[in-house]
Amino acid sequence: MRGSARRGAVVAAAVGLALVLAACGGDDDGDGGGSGSTGDSGSGDGPTGSVSINSTQPENPLIPTTTNEVGGGNIVDAMWTGLVSYDPDTAEPGLAVAESIEPNEDFTQFTITINDGWTFHDGSPVTAQSFVDAWNFGAAGENAQLNQYFFGPDGANIAGFEEVAGQTDDAGAFVPGSATAETMSGLEVVDDTTFTVTLGSPNSLFETIIGYSAFYPMPESFFTDQAGFIEHPIGNGPFEFVEEVPNQSINLRAYADYAGDPKPQVENIEYRIYADLDAAYADVVSNQLDILDKIPPVGLAGDVWMTDLEGRSASEPLTTRFTSLTFPLTNTEAWADPNLRKAISMAIDREAVIAAAYGAGNYVPANSWVPPGNDGYVEGTCGEWCNFDPEAAQELYAQSPGVQGPLLISSNSDGGHREWVEAACTSIRETLGIECQGDYDPDFGSFRGRVNANEITNPFRTGWVADYPSIQNFLAPLYTANGSANDGGYNNPEFDELIRQAAGLEGEEALELYNQAETLLADDMAIIPLWYDNGQRGWSENVNEPGFTWKGYVDPLSISVK
Amino acid sequence: MGRYVARRLLQMIPVIIGTTLIIYTLVWFLPGDPFAGRCGARPCPPAYVAEMTDKYNLDDFWLIAYAKYLWSLLHGDFGETFQGLSVGEELLRAYPTTVKLALVAIAFEILIGIGAGILAGLRRGSFIDNLVLVSTLVVVSIPVFVIGSVLQLFLGMRWGIFPATVGGDASLYNLILPGFVLASLSLAYVARLTRTSLAENRRADYVRTAVAKGLPQRRVIGIHTMRNSLIPVITFIGADFGALLGGAIVTEGIFNVPGVGNLIFRSITTRDGVMVTGAVTVLVLVFLLVNLLVDLIYGWLDPRISHG
Repeated sequence: MRGSARRGAVVAAAVGLALVLAACGGDDDGDGGGSGSTGDSGSGDGPTGSVSINSTQPENPLIPTTTNEVGGGNIVDAMWTGLVSYDPDTAEPGLAVAESIEPNEDFTQFTITINDGWTFHDGSPVTAQSFVDAWNFGAAGENAQLNQYFFGPDGANIAGFEEVAGQTDDAGAFVPGSATAETMSGLEVVDDTTFTVTLGSPNSLFETIIGYSAFYPMPESFFTDQAGFIEHPIGNGPFEFVEEVPNQSINLRAYADYAGDPKPQVENIEYRIYADLDAAYADVVSNQLDILDKIPPVGLAGDVWMTDLEGRSASEPLTTRFTSLTFPLTNTEAWADPNLRKAISMAIDREAVIAAAYGAGNYVPANSWVPPGNDGYVEGTCGEWCNFDPEAAQELYAQSPGVQGPLLISSNSDGGHREWVEAACTSIRETLGIECQGDYDPDFGSFRGRVNANEITNPFRTGWVADYPSIQNFLAPLYTANGSANDGGYNNPEFDELIRQAAGLEGEEALELYNQAETLLADDMAIIPLWYDNGQRGWSENVNEPGFTWKGYVDPLSISVK
Repeated sequence: MGRYVARRLLQMIPVIIGTTLIIYTLVWFLPGDPFAGRCGARPCPPAYVAEMTDKYNLDDFWLIAYAKYLWSLLHGDFGETFQGLSVGEELLRAYPTTVKLALVAIAFEILIGIGAGILAGLRRGSFIDNLVLVSTLVVVSIPVFVIGSVLQLFLGMRWGIFPATVGGDASLYNLILPGFVLASLSLAYVARLTRTSLAENRRADYVRTAVAKGLPQRRVIGIHTMRNSLIPVITFIGADFGALLGGAIVTEGIFNVPGVGNLIFRSITTRDGVMVTGAVTVLVLVFLLVNLLVDLIYGWLDPRISHG
């Protein structure tokens, strides 16, 4: 075997031998190394074959209202279909389980009718009650669901949310037993297929927001036996749960009675757990893993992924991610002068920083607060302030009070962040002639702990991944005074007012107000846009090129084996 | 003998209490909110934080929280991860894989390490001896993640002789490459230890006697010299086995082996404190037991060492 080092043949031999050995070992894991085989590629109807996709171990139970990270999120998205789903290419929300969603005049009440014929994987029908119960469960304080805020003012803002969610004390801690109602007054079931939703404030984006996973329906069995549900989750989507081997894999199978469209083309999906993305990269190169949704730095360095995965990889801009540098405005006066903030922004050579930290072309320099591809994106809303311009930067810096002591930039040091902070500091140091250093926490958790506690008094990294495809999601939670992710304490009443008004309007009218709000951000430069992400993916020789969702993750409905 | 074992087992109790106390405190009561990074760029909902704080007794004085943890541990309850999985079950699932991997590594240490050591020890100063010395020096000086990544790149990705990673299918064949990488460092030590020990014993009086008696070379080396020379080597391998059972975070990470090291690494990065504490507690226990076992074997191999 060693002698004939013909790659394909040897891979096949190795995989074959591995399968034989696995069989000898009496391993009960049926599709253990099955990704190497293409399965029976009969041309009949229905889904065929098995594929594997890289994943991380879900951090929370597979309940849509409490799954908020990628590992669990991808599986939940494959197992459920909401009232609305987003077009993978355009990110436009389109009706899925819903037959119609009718707003009233001022977008405060919506009448939702659902299609007949949808069933959960246990055979029970999807009714209006399935949605209402699930939403009430997610909002209730006592259930402690991570996605609770999507039902409140920061999301759909359903009337009666406060009564169900309960109170917090002055220190921001939850007061147990403080909820005064069990169901939100804004949700009313009319009949089996119809329910109405009343909102606490006008929201023209309601239809877009309810495509998010927190708004998925739940079967009756969930409310009677939660422990059983966590062991074996039941959704209404294209794929049903087969088994989970923690730390190894989560297996799904196409649901035969899936009522949506398009239908699954592949029979089995194995979400294979990797602690280290480098290992997943090694597997996809050697065709042991079928789809890799993110190329790690080991592959990006020197662009080796382009040769390693020639003809089976792609790169495209992601519309959902935005990295910025935020100035703290509430715990210090040091950054109060907009000229200082603008000077620092203009002193960062974004192209050079990207090239040094990630490799040229792997990220896109940002010149607005909304990534391209989102409705309402206008190129260059940041204007000259996001251009690298050493002279102008020095001039502005001279007019400002300057930085006391060295300029610190805070971030977590893992995940490739130390690299760009160092590169940005080099750029600032060379341009402005001031000392600049990174201020690092070892991991994301400790870094966010300091940000949430408002302890950082120098510029720090802020990254945003959109929850739903809308310009509003890039502005409202991040920069309104009460926004749940307003880390720097940016407070501009004019901005808040524009966002509030936009929520009551539709289409172009709304977009115009959002754009106006965005130009206010450029005047203040309290948050410096840095870059948008590109997504690089690879796949094995066993599958056709897979599609990706608007979020940049694998679209399970697009997968097919060769 | 029985008394010795009993004494050693009793000594383990304070060691286990001490280590778990340290780990528990480090994991849960270091500054910083364990739930800060769990909701992306937002703080987590207060209701969620309250529920988790209550579930993991984080509101209690740390010593009381630890006492509660120890109490459920004594009842065989390792607790639940954030995802709601039983820590005990996860450990039971991960351990067999780590044991298999450790056994493969030990097999390499014995086969290649002792083999090379014997060859070198028998022909001191020869080409083989120098080759072993130089190659072990090279292996010792290269960090394990370099060896691992390079072998994975060539043997796994480029030439496809071995699977690049192990994943859910921890068959013997799949474990050969990670096992070899894991063994590489110790293998070098074993080779050098065997060589030195063998070379010393060849000049011992009893060997000269054996040769003088006219015993064939094969018997002199195979029986008389080897038996005594291998005592330090076996002690080393035994202790190494104990260490390998602690999981190999780097190697298991590179080859995606779903063992204990991988489990601990993932739990640390996601700040799943119950999992980390539980896993480390078991590690300490295993390490202590293996050490006890090695000490007992030591006495059996060399009767001069008595555990009376």
